[in-house]
This record gives sequence, C-alpha cells and structure tokens, in this order.
Amino acid sequence: MALIWTEDQELLREVARGFLDENAPVSELRRLRDDVDPDGFSRPLWKEMAELGWAGIPFDEAYGGAGLGYTELGLVFQECGRTLAATPLAGSVLLGGSAIALGGDDTQREAILPPLCAGDRLLTAALQEGAHHAPYRVSTRADPDGDGWTLNGRKTFVIDGHVADQIIISARVSGEPGDRDGLALFIVDGDAGGLTRSRRIMVDGRNTAELTLDDVRLPKEALLGTPGRGADILDPLFDRAAACMAAEMLGGIETAFDKTLEYLKVREQFGVPIGSFQALKHRAAKMFIEVELSKSVVLEALQSIDDSRAETARNVSVAKAKVSQTAALVSNEGVQMHGGIGVTDEEDIGLYLKRARVQQRTFGDEEFHRERFASLAGY
Amino acid sequence: MNDSNDRETFRGEVREFLETHCPATMRGATDPLSTANWGGRQREFLEPLEDGERWLNAMAERGWTVPTWPKEYGGGGLDADQARVLAQELQRIEAKPALTNLGITMLGPTLLEYGTETQKQEHVRGIAEGKIRWCQGYSEPGAGSDLASLQTRCEDMGDHFRINGQKIWTSYADKSDWIFCLVRSDPEASKHEGISFVLIDMDQPGVTTSPIKLISGSSPFCQTFFEDARAEKKDLVGPLNGGWTIAKRLLQFERQSIGGMNSARAPKRATLDELAKEHAGEASGRIADAALRAKIAAFEIEAQALSSTMRRTADEARSGNAVGTASSIFKYMSTESNKTRQELRLEIMGLYGLGWEGEGFAADELQTTRDWLRSKANSIEGGTSEVQLNIIAKRVLGLPD
Repeated sequence: MALIWTEDQELLREVARGFLDENAPVSELRRLRDDVDPDGFSRPLWKEMAELGWAGIPFDEAYGGAGLGYTELGLVFQECGRTLAATPLAGSVLLGGSAIALGGDDTQREAILPPLCAGDRLLTAALQEGAHHAPYRVSTRADPDGDGWTLNGRKTFVIDGHVADQIIISARVSGEPGDRDGLALFIVDGDAGGLTRSRRIMVDGRNTAELTLDDVRLPKEALLGTPGRGADILDPLFDRAAACMAAEMLGGIETAFDKTLEYLKVREQFGVPIGSFQALKHRAAKMFIEVELSKSVVLEALQSIDDSRAETARNVSVAKAKVSQTAALVSNEGVQMHGGIGVTDEEDIGLYLKRARVQQRTFGDEEFHRERFASLAGY
Repeated sequence: MNDSNDRETFRGEVREFLETHCPATMRGATDPLSTANWGGRQREFLEPLEDGERWLNAMAERGWTVPTWPKEYGGGGLDADQARVLAQELQRIEAKPALTNLGITMLGPTLLEYGTETQKQEHVRGIAEGKIRWCQGYSEPGAGSDLASLQTRCEDMGDHFRINGQKIWTSYADKSDWIFCLVRSDPEASKHEGISFVLIDMDQPGVTTSPIKLISGSSPFCQTFFEDARAEKKDLVGPLNGGWTIAKRLLQFERQSIGGMNSARAPKRATLDELAKEHAGEASGRIADAALRAKIAAFEIEAQALSSTMRRTADEARSGNAVGTASSIFKYMSTESNKTRQELRLEIMGLYGLGWEGEGFAADELQTTRDWLRSKANSIEGGTSEVQLNIIAKRVLGLPD
C-alpha cells in the first residue's frame, strides 16, 4: 500500500477542514475555556459532526457507522488538531466506541454503537490509575457478586469522564498490578450507584475526570469480553488510541509550525525580518525535518491498523514516540520564536503548547513507547 | 506494437549475453567497499584481473557500461524500459558493475548536454569504453562550501590555456587520467561570471597529485597541483566564463548518484541490539543496560521514521502528486543518522571499539573505529549539513536572506 493519502481521504479532509474552520476555530476553544463550559464541548456541534458521519467513521454500516477505518478517523483527528477543536471524538468514538467494536458481543454492539454513531450517546474509557499511562497497572478490583460483579477502586484522568453516559472501566479479577493477565473490562453507566465522578480542568482547556468506585454493582451483561483477558481488548484499543492521538498531535504541530514560520517572515527587528537570522533559519529547518518525519510515521501507523499488519504495535509506538518528540520541539520553539507575545494568553501559540503537552502524556509518552518499541523488538 | 513482447525478447537476448560474457568471478553479492572495475589508462580491474577486463570489454562493446547513452558516442542506446530490463537481469545474477567511474555518473551526462560533437566523440566515448578514468577538480583549500570563490587560474595563451592552482578532495586523482576542472578564466569579472569548465589531461609534468590521509586512515582523496599545466582549447566545455551553470548541472548529477549509493544494499552487520546484548550483557532476554536500550530504541525509531519518509516521497512522486518537499532533508538526515549509528556502535564496544590496528582487536572492532571516523566526513562532503539546512530554509521554507 502506497504511503500516501487516497483521493477519497483528501476529499474527507477538505470537508472536515472547511467544517472546522467555520464551526470550531481556535476562538471556540477559548470560549469553552473562558466560560468554563460545563461539558467542555458543544453538544449541538457534536450532533452536527455526527450528521457528517464522524461519530461512526470506523464502525460497521450495520450499526450506523461509515464503514471506513482508523486512517479516516485519524485524518479527522488531524484536522481537529489544527484548530484545537474540543469534541467528544476521543472519549466517545476512539475509546468507548472502539472498545465496544473490538470486544463487545452482538447485544452490546447493537445497543451502544447505533446511538453513539447518531451522536446521541457519549462514551469514554477509564483505564488509568496514576499519573502515567500504564494499562496493566490496575488495582481496581472486580469481585464476582452472584452472577454479576462489584467494582472497587479509583480511576484517573478519564477523558470527558464527567459527562459520559457510559464508561468502559478496567478492573482486575486476578493477579497483581502490572500483570497482563487478570484484567476485565466493564460497561458502567455514568450514573451507576457507588460511582463518583469529579471533573478535572486541564491546562489545555479540556476536561477529564477522576472516578471513585465504591461497591459499584454491575449485572453480568456489563462485562465486555472475557474476564481475565481484558488486555486482549486493551492492546488493540490503545494502538488505535495512540495512533489517532498522534494524528491529532500532527495537526497541531503543523499549525504551530506554520504560525511560527509566518512570524519569522513578518516580525522585524534591527531593520530586518527575524527569519533572516541564520540561527533561526537552521532551527526552522530542523523543525521542518521533524514534521516531515512525523507525517510519515503517523500515516504508516494508521494504515497498519486498517491492514491488520503484524508490525502494527511497533509502527504505532514509532508514531507516538516520534510525534511526541516533535510536539515537544515545535511547541517549545513556537513559543520561544514568538518572543514576548509567545507567552501571552492572547497569542494562540501558547494554546498549542498546552495541548501538545497533554497529548504527549496521553496513551503513552515518548519514553513509554520507546520502551515498548524495544520490548516488541526483543531487546 | 507489442511492448511486453519486445521487452521479453530483449530480456532473452540480455540473459543469453550475460550467460556467455559475465564470468562467474564477476558475480556474487556486491560489496560496495571492494575495488571496482575502474578501467582507465592504469587499467584498474576487479580480481581476478583477466576476468575483470574481459567483463568490462564485453559490456563496453555493447555500450552497456552506459546503457542509455546514445550509440554514436559509445553508449547502448537503450530506452528506459530496456535499461530497466538490463538492470534487472544484472541484479538477477548479482553481477558486479562492469565499469564504475565519475565519468559515468557525472561528466558523461554533463557532456551529453553541454559538449560539442567533437567532445562527445572523444570524451564520452572514452568514458563508455572504460579507456579514460576521470576525477573531479572542484573544491580548493580556499573554496569549499563557497565553491564559486575558486581561484585556480586559467590564462588564454592563444593556442591553449595555461592552468595554475590547486584542487583538493579530488577522489582517485592519483589513479585518474583526466580531470574535469573549474577554473577562474576572468579574475576581473564577478565571482560566478569568471569561471570556466575545462577538461585537462593529467599525463603531463605540470599536473601532480598527492594523497590525503584522513583521521580514519588512507582515503581515495588527493590534492592536485597545477603548475603551468596545459589545457587544449578544444577541451573547454561550454562558453569561456560560462562554466558555473555547467558546474551546477553536474552537481545535480552528483547528488542523484549519491542518493542511489545510499539505497544500495549495505554489507550485513550485527544490529545495534545484537551488539549491545553481546557487549553490555543480557538480563532476562533484554539488554542489561536500560539507558543503552533507550538510546538504541530512540535511534531505531528515528531510522524507521527516515525510511518511511523516503518511501512516502517515492510514493508521492510515483502517484504524480505535486512533488513534496521531503526529499530535501535526505542528505542531511541520512548523514546525521549514520554518524549517530557509528557513535552508538562505538559506545557499545567500549574501549574495544577504540583500537587503531594490530593485536588484541577483532576485525569487526577495528572496522567500527574506522567507520566511526570516516562518518565524520559524511556531514561535510557533498554539501555540509549546515549548507543543507540553509537550502531548506531558503528554498523550502522561503525564509528571507
């Protein structure tokens, strides 16, 4: 498969870009942030996005999805990244929807995917328990209770966790934190008894939640997949999540770089454009190189997922590691090269810095994926 | 016209020819580090010498040393399809190149574009037949990145030119027969407008060479000295003082050929992680040193990003999309990447990777040391990394002067 976007994908990109430029420019993020919007995104806008098919991009047409793949979803994420658009795309579609599609039985898929694709139901996944992404470091316990389960524990940094209608939660049925075996996934209603959700406002104007589970009783139908084999769903889920997050990061990186380059050309000091200074030229050229490298690995990761290639996990880790590295560079250089205005709230470049850093730490940072890459390669 | 039939007929002819004329000793995995068939007056051939010469002559007779060059100048006159078939068949039997020379990659294409009929008959033919070995007289001690500031003087003596000056980094000058040379023919004119492109026979008292030793040991590089050397009027390529344009065109051919070299199969060596497990130890199947593992992984991730980008650029070009800007980064990235790889190999081997010669060091270890040193030149030769970044900044990003 050629490492290029297809004509159909470019068409999708055009539509997405036009829609986002009009309906979710950076000013929209500012509005949500400044108003401390209770949801953290616009529900009417999400409904419009669902009408465009965005809520169902990778899901089967039988469930109301578009029957496309993660390459197309990644592309939409990339466009969202350009304008820092705040949407439930990551929580509902990337995490929640993908988990159901990967691990749900027919009943679960039929119940959840159609309303999700219609933009009528918000999902997310609560899979982290500490400061960092660590899928197997789960202490939350799921104890058998009759033919159901009782969950106890704590989950951190759940994307849009404060407003999701249903949350996929990972818990341990056996083994110790750190073991790949012994995990299970559960579909939990947002208003389940014993579940407390506390909103967390993040530096990038987006929202997560901390969850406390205090004897949350679940029927057996809430179990997603096989108990003890939850990692079999988590592994491919996080590959999709990391790849699409890398794509969103790429959109932000490209925009931050373009803004910075433009600034170098128009800002004058000492009677000349600052872009004529060789030191800045070389730093800009180096950034350009990193952006080009990042473009390649993002597309390769997305295509690998849709092709079900054996190297998918490796390619995803390459993408998330590389793009995280580039995001750090471009966001830092972006602020620095804008000089004094770069550190003002009024200038947009600082918003890109904030978003980049949150994305870097989501679904595994550079260090996590470098280690995973080595592990997959056998060293 | 049945294209694929014609192609297959041609393929059959090529196969038959190769069976007859490519000696068994001229087949087998190509090691780009081994001596090639350089031809020339000093007749430098692959071992065994008779086979090497036989192979060169057979291919030269057909013009297949330079398959796509016009037949009237000694070339094979093949079209792109036929040339592709020939290349495939040569690769199938892993044939060593019948002839290698700067004449093929750089001067020949340039003369075909800018040379007179006489020049093409004499010099292009000489290259194709492997009779003349060429070297490149461009850089000078005072003119490296700023090539146009070159000073080697060219005086019009009426019926010939008198050349005085010095060139540096002339690869294989001590083994070459002729040199194509950039000279200053008008010191009064502006930098770029006083340069001429002349061809000079090195077999004369006024031309001497001296090899340059590098930090990595001996190298093909030489200094070349011109003391009242003589160039014939017929060997001026293009107009007098109009040499800079031709010089730049030749550089484009040079860059293409470097790109080709990098994608050629490199000799198989232990991977970094294999080396690390061997030298830094293994713990539960992993490299015992976590910090080293992280460095190796970081390098491999970078290498994959680079190779994916090369693939993406090639795919973009093939699909006819607007040619992307990614290709401008390749010289910079691949040389910097190679330097990082060499430093990592060195780090893994510890002091065993820092022997110079003789007892106590494995061949692999000594080779690592030399390769590490030689790699320092990669980011300097063929346009320094700093110049590459300048080019990206100016031509790709449009940043102002």
